[in-house]
Amino acid sequence: MRDAMANSLYFGMAISVAAYMFGIWLKKKVKWQVCNPLLISTVLVILFLTLTHITYDEYMEGAQYISYFLTPATVCLAIPLYKQLEMLKRNKLAVLCGILAGVVANAVMVFVMCLLFRLEHVHYVTFLPKSITTAIGMGVSEEAGGIVILTIVSIMITGIGGVILSESLFKLFRLKDPVAKGLALGTASHAIGTSKALEMGEIEGAMSSLAIAVTGLVTVVVVPLIADFI
Amino acid sequence: MRFVKEAGIICGISAIGEILNALLPFPVPAGVYGLFLLLLCLLTGIVKLSDLEATGNWLLDAMPIMFLPACVGIMENFGEMKAVLVPLLAISIVSTITVFGATGSVAQWIIRKKGDKKK
Repeated sequence: MRDAMANSLYFGMAISVAAYMFGIWLKKKVKWQVCNPLLISTVLVILFLTLTHITYDEYMEGAQYISYFLTPATVCLAIPLYKQLEMLKRNKLAVLCGILAGVVANAVMVFVMCLLFRLEHVHYVTFLPKSITTAIGMGVSEEAGGIVILTIVSIMITGIGGVILSESLFKLFRLKDPVAKGLALGTASHAIGTSKALEMGEIEGAMSSLAIAVTGLVTVVVVPLIADFI
Repeated sequence: MRFVKEAGIICGISAIGEILNALLPFPVPAGVYGLFLLLLCLLTGIVKLSDLEATGNWLLDAMPIMFLPACVGIMENFGEMKAVLVPLLAISIVSTITVFGATGSVAQWIIRKKGDKKK
């Protein structure tokens, strides 16, 4: 049974989709923000694999094809962006300043927290790119000499954490403007935040898509500059 | 054949993005090259929105699940994680809140200031 499941190419895909659908169902049922479908399905799949002694590599045989869709999906973020281009032009100063403020806040906060926990330089550069999309973040971390695996983990926690906290944070910071909301989600929680922003509305989704690209590019330029200083 | 054509356009742009990613020396992922390329195509009218909207919206709708395999990958790295678990969680969450506040507040402040001027 175990081998039959592990060798099936569609097994990894099927279990992923099933776990995710369960996550969506559960969130509708209990309505807690903590019940984020991505978080629920991650825990479920890890539990299932551990219990059935199926390795991550065996699971990935099939599940990797889900990840392959990420590039074309990122390409399609151009669709909400194109539709909301007027909105973007009208708010270009707010967009640029907002994203820059976020990138600087991230760098400062990660630095202060690393000092508090007495972490070393290697950890600072590991956590610095945590607010950007995985594909860019890995590259930035590697370039600066960080621990790439930990960077990926912190990118995932940042993404899911941002989505779970988003409703409370909108209230806490009194964010009501859809442009500001979308930018905050995209700058803080990259593509995972953007998928939440798309659910909220087209303006939010477009601003969040833009924030992924701009935050990524700004971080690529800024990190190598500050990484040497600290 | 509508969806075949739509998927074809998206695949083509993704492929060009991957080629750019391999050829150019910047750490920009293929998808981000593709995003700007598609935006350019839409703006210049080479590609019309109706040429890919159905498939595109399907991909955007399914996007969250595409992160699942990478998230499950955390199970492979429990060892490395355990050593720095508390700082890892604290740094990730606290700085996410900070970025959220900084970006959102600055953007909203500028938008409102501009709105006031117009009045």
